[in-house]
Amino acid sequence: MQQYSDTFLDNASAALADKDKAEVRDAMALFTPLVRNAAMDQFQHFEELRQHVKQVRQHSLDNLGHYLESYEQQAVRNGNQVHFATTGDELNSIVLDICQQHSARRIAKGKSMITEETGLNAFLERANLDVMETDLGEYIIQEAGETPSHIVGPALHKSAAEIRQLFLDRHDLGERELETTEDLVSEARQVLREHFLNAQVGIIGANALIAENGYSMLVTNEGNGDLCANLPPVLIICTSVDRILPRAEDATAMLRLLVRSATGQAQTCYTSFYSGPRREQDIDGPMETHIVLLDNRRSDILASDYREMLQCIRCGACLNHCPIFASVGGHAYGWVYPGPMGSVLTPLLTSLEQSQALPNACTSCGRCAEVCPADIPLPDLLRDLRHAEVEEKIAAPRWRQGLKIHAWLARQPRLYQLLTGMGIALLYLLGRKRGSFSKLPLASGWTSQRDFPSPQGRTFMQQYKAEHKHRE
Amino acid sequence: MESEALHTTAPGGGPAVYLFVTCLADLLRPSVAFNSIKLLEDAGCRVTVPLQQTCCGQPAYNTGDYKSIIPLARQVVAMLEPADYVVLPSGSCAGMICHHYPALLKDEWHERALQVAAKTFEITTFLSDIVKAKRPERPPIPLPPITYHDSCAGLRELGIKEQPRQLLQEFCDTQVSELQQSEVCCGFGGTFCAKMPEISGKMVQDKLHNAAATGAGILAGGDLGCLLNIAGRARREGVAIEVRHITELLCGDLDGPAIGEGE
Ligand code: SF4
Repeated sequence: MQQYSDTFLDNASAALADKDKAEVRDAMALFTPLVRNAAMDQFQHFEELRQHVKQVRQHSLDNLGHYLESYEQQAVRNGNQVHFATTGDELNSIVLDICQQHSARRIAKGKSMITEETGLNAFLERANLDVMETDLGEYIIQEAGETPSHIVGPALHKSAAEIRQLFLDRHDLGERELETTEDLVSEARQVLREHFLNAQVGIIGANALIAENGYSMLVTNEGNGDLCANLPPVLIICTSVDRILPRAEDATAMLRLLVRSATGQAQTCYTSFYSGPRREQDIDGPMETHIVLLDNRRSDILASDYREMLQCIRCGACLNHCPIFASVGGHAYGWVYPGPMGSVLTPLLTSLEQSQALPNACTSCGRCAEVCPADIPLPDLLRDLRHAEVEEKIAAPRWRQGLKIHAWLARQPRLYQLLTGMGIALLYLLGRKRGSFSKLPLASGWTSQRDFPSPQGRTFMQQYKAEHKHRE
Repeated sequence: MESEALHTTAPGGGPAVYLFVTCLADLLRPSVAFNSIKLLEDAGCRVTVPLQQTCCGQPAYNTGDYKSIIPLARQVVAMLEPADYVVLPSGSCAGMICHHYPALLKDEWHERALQVAAKTFEITTFLSDIVKAKRPERPPIPLPPITYHDSCAGLRELGIKEQPRQLLQEFCDTQVSELQQSEVCCGFGGTFCAKMPEISGKMVQDKLHNAAATGAGILAGGDLGCLLNIAGRARREGVAIEVRHITELLCGDLDGPAIGEGE
């Protein structure tokens, strides 16, 4: 996918200026944490299970090679063909090859962030394939020519009115009505049904790969994944190597946290396990199945100080609880993964230079880490990325130098107190009457949004020392 | 040498508490430090203000400049080691010493940082949980309706939530009218507010409006960073709400101008 993270501040600014969209985001920012928290309150085993899931994820990653190998063996035994792709381009080519081998023209696609990462749709379309997204949210944004704004709800940024207008513009409606939300859903269903039935290849993602039996697990609320997987003769599952888990019970343990964290449901409507192609006694299912496993720098992350990020189970809770995500929306981040997890992943999967604003889009408020079901210390990882920016001199020189000087000065108490004493005395003199400054040199960032409160008097240190001298 | 002298304000039998004033209180709101001393002394502590203190180093640390911070962190750890307790009128600075110093420092210094961390407390936690402070012999301080801003570091790094509310009940006989979305960040975030002013502006605007919607006359909090941010926004928007640090309320020190207000 094309990246425009380097203009994060401008993207954010444009997003903030769009008042209608801001209203949708504000409503989501209230609603999504509410449902997640209600589900967790009822569940009551969050912390326990989170520690368990974290251990399982860490164990899987520590032994990634081993589990990938047994997954591959089992999957092949089940009749699947397993492919490994080092880069996104490689994944795209593998998928196109399979499609072309089958002279496929129509592709029905389930939701997959990995294929967003590799830009698969655009790649297949350039080869004249007709790719249709079948997850309702993905379908909506595909119709709108947009990219997902959220890893779980790709079209959460769109209001019902907008979607209605979109369908009015794009569809030949005939007698069909678009009055209610139900009408909108059935309109999409009508279009999608037809595509499901005529597609030659189905492409889906996976929430987990199970090493012990070679199955892959997928959760959806619409059942579209199962239609993609079972109706077309060929199925391709695209996912990344870090989805691996040792046992089926690990996948179900993860599921109990994943779904509650994502949507506040105890379970999604559909939880599917795909074993492989249709067997003799099966009444349906694909004739041929492929699994394409993407690395795309995940091995590098595994070997780095950021390896905890690979524990992520893609629930989206950190997005839903992030006040910055709520303020600017997912598109501002300028690539596939937004919010706190995206601000860590994007620099690691693309380049820190291109996405240097993202690790700074954080107040270290810690709400994401508090809810993350994989117990990833997101604010710490973001600060570590800022550290990398300082080390690699990517951070703006004025911040780097300014704060270095401040830190040095803080180690010279006498000088620090002398200088701050003089500065504060001056500010107090200028600001005591009004109580605050609406403009201040060197603080334009601050004063662009708020006044700067004037000091209350001389510094505490000056006053305190004077008082004690007096007493002595 | 003056800069190494330590001042004990109230000789007595209580624990020796070192007060780390924090740079924001030192520079912009000395009343927070004076009121902290008073509260600690009233609770029977011997208060020492190390004179060589400056700043805990959060600005550079949060910006990712770990290298510049390590020598400062060591200096602060060494300065605080003689104390029975270290108290700070700020959740984020206490969190820096309790969590981030030990994570940052290695080997011998890591151990020393852990020992200092174990005896370091944010002031409302210290008063409420450690010394179990009671209202001095005087009637409760009457206050207008107040609302409280929980700073993120205090709330999530140190678990400060009930303590300030208990103290307001004990000292001022006042209950807090809770603001909506009280656990959402106010948008200060240290250098964040200057690096990403527009986003920060939207966040503090939401916070201010939620605070004003409670009808409270005072917004109190335990962290000056957040309070300066919210007060500055209130001034900018002309929203009439007094912003004050909790130590001022607990001491009834309400005569001087609130944060951001003129004399
Ligand atoms: S980082 Fe944690 S909260 Fe965010 S999507 Fe991943 S698992 Fe969910």
